[in-house]
Amino acid sequence: MANVFTSIGNWVNERAPGMMPVYRKHMTEYYAPKNFNFWYYFGVLAMVVLVNQILTGIFLTMFYKPGAATAFDSVEYIMRDVDWGWLIRYMHSTGASMFFIVVYLHMFRGLMYGSYKKPRELVWLLGMFIFLALMAEAFMGYVLPWGNMSFWGAKVIISLFGAVPLIGDTLVQWIMGDYNPADATLNRFFALHVIALPLVLLLLVVLHIFALHEVGSNNPDGVEIKKKKDPATGKPLDGIPFHPYYTVHDIVGVGFFLTICAFIIFYQPTVGGWFLENDNFIPANPLVTPPEIKPVWYFTPFYGILRVIPDKGLGISAMFASIVLLFLLPWVDRGAVKSIRYRGLGYKVALGIFALTFLLLGSIGAGLTAEWIPKIFGASADVTSIEMHFGWLLVLMYFGYFIFLFGYTAFGYEKTKPVPERVTGGGH
Amino acid sequence: MANEGVNQGRRRFLTGTTAVVGGIGAAFAATPFIKSWQPSERAKNAGAPVLQDISKIEPGQKISVLWRGSPVWIVNRTKAMLDTLPGLDGRLRDPKSQVDQQPKYAQNETRSIKPEWLVMIGICTHLGCSPEYIPEIKPEPFDPEWKGGFFCPCHKSRYDISGRVFQGVPAPANMVVPPYKFVDDNHILIGVNPEDKA
Repeated sequence: MANVFTSIGNWVNERAPGMMPVYRKHMTEYYAPKNFNFWYYFGVLAMVVLVNQILTGIFLTMFYKPGAATAFDSVEYIMRDVDWGWLIRYMHSTGASMFFIVVYLHMFRGLMYGSYKKPRELVWLLGMFIFLALMAEAFMGYVLPWGNMSFWGAKVIISLFGAVPLIGDTLVQWIMGDYNPADATLNRFFALHVIALPLVLLLLVVLHIFALHEVGSNNPDGVEIKKKKDPATGKPLDGIPFHPYYTVHDIVGVGFFLTICAFIIFYQPTVGGWFLENDNFIPANPLVTPPEIKPVWYFTPFYGILRVIPDKGLGISAMFASIVLLFLLPWVDRGAVKSIRYRGLGYKVALGIFALTFLLLGSIGAGLTAEWIPKIFGASADVTSIEMHFGWLLVLMYFGYFIFLFGYTAFGYEKTKPVPERVTGGGH
Repeated sequence: MANEGVNQGRRRFLTGTTAVVGGIGAAFAATPFIKSWQPSERAKNAGAPVLQDISKIEPGQKISVLWRGSPVWIVNRTKAMLDTLPGLDGRLRDPKSQVDQQPKYAQNETRSIKPEWLVMIGICTHLGCSPEYIPEIKPEPFDPEWKGGFFCPCHKSRYDISGRVFQGVPAPANMVVPPYKFVDDNHILIGVNPEDKA
């Protein structure tokens, strides 16, 4: 048997001698720092979810019927009549939310350990493009069941383009292919969701990983392992081959992660209206607005910014700016030290506040603060006014993070600790 | 590619001209794909005018008619409702309806052709939700001095009984009045301007 495999391997190798070196470069001879911690699971987990989304997505397209008259019923058909259809759909819908959970944690890891800094700016930029493509993909996927929240969510989001000067109204009609989200809108979103954006996402993921493997992975100490190499072998002293060490290591994390996913899929697939909103179990109705239009949780921080700014054009600009600034982070942060372990106290506090601000903006976008305010300030409290003022404070803190970070690092206010020569810890 | 003895200027010229001609071709080739996204003939036909009988609408009652997929409201306003309009100017963003959100013939205090008949697209100008009709003149949780009008549950925008937006809410403009005309005293045609005012 072994001989058969060897001879097949040799046969391929003779005809395509360039393939093994590519495999070695990215797997067995890709040296990753030995001190990866918990936070370094999320890149791999994002890939696992991507595979899940593609696989379950392919099977859903076999039963789903795009079109305003058929979409909602075909989703119910999948849920009730297709063998195991409910499982495939819940794997897909749970996967969508899990994707954003792991991507947000993956991005937060990047902020903590300065993974966006030189020489990894390109890795960060490609990652941000993945995030954008993912948001578009998720939004269009949410429209496909053609529930009432699908319809009204699509209407609100597409209307954002109406704020573009001069061509706004034409642009909105062009996107919708009608005067309202309709059959035409649903069909084109289906095409974009199942083929156009997945292709873009896959390409970006490949570029993201290639760009990473050019510069090498960062680590919790923010030390460049390529600077200390074994003089004899030329391999980084603090690096270990990705395969088999990290592939085996990651299997543990993947197993743990899939256990959590299975629990959600089997016991709490809607997660109390957070992963699948209640109003989307009602068919789309252009005449009836849901009592509260809110996006799925992963968009709520950005939606929160939009919601608290009373001027339409300004609100939309601020929302887009909040994402653009993340792209620019490698140039906003001028500090030389990468990892939070050796950065100044100001940075630690600022990052903590930034993360909290992001969550609180999410609570505004999700309508949670509107429920909390009467409980905190009494039933007679002016909910709108308190929420607005609180929201403005959060918007200021969100943008303030970037201003503070630039001022703090560009003008030498940051008092950093000495960074070690070699990585610390790492029990592999 | 051999670079010796190459006329660099000519190479750049040929590269440039090829790129420009190819780019023009690509732009032409892209046009049908981009244009395919515009509303189709069928969608445009579905957007044709809608005739509505208004003889059964009681004073104070609101009905919704679907036109181009949007809810068009027809409200038979009472004298008491119309009397609230003049006193609100100071609290409104655009009391004189100067922003182009209505045909010229509806650019007045009642934002209508006949004062009692309000014809308006029932979509909030903030982000396209459909506001609620709250006609009673009594204090409301969202406005203690409520004079009757429309309240958007999405982001709490408020409009008076003519669809004029209040100050300090997210909606930027008054609600849209569609083109419409009275065919006779009992019928409204939504989607066309009156012949004499087009």
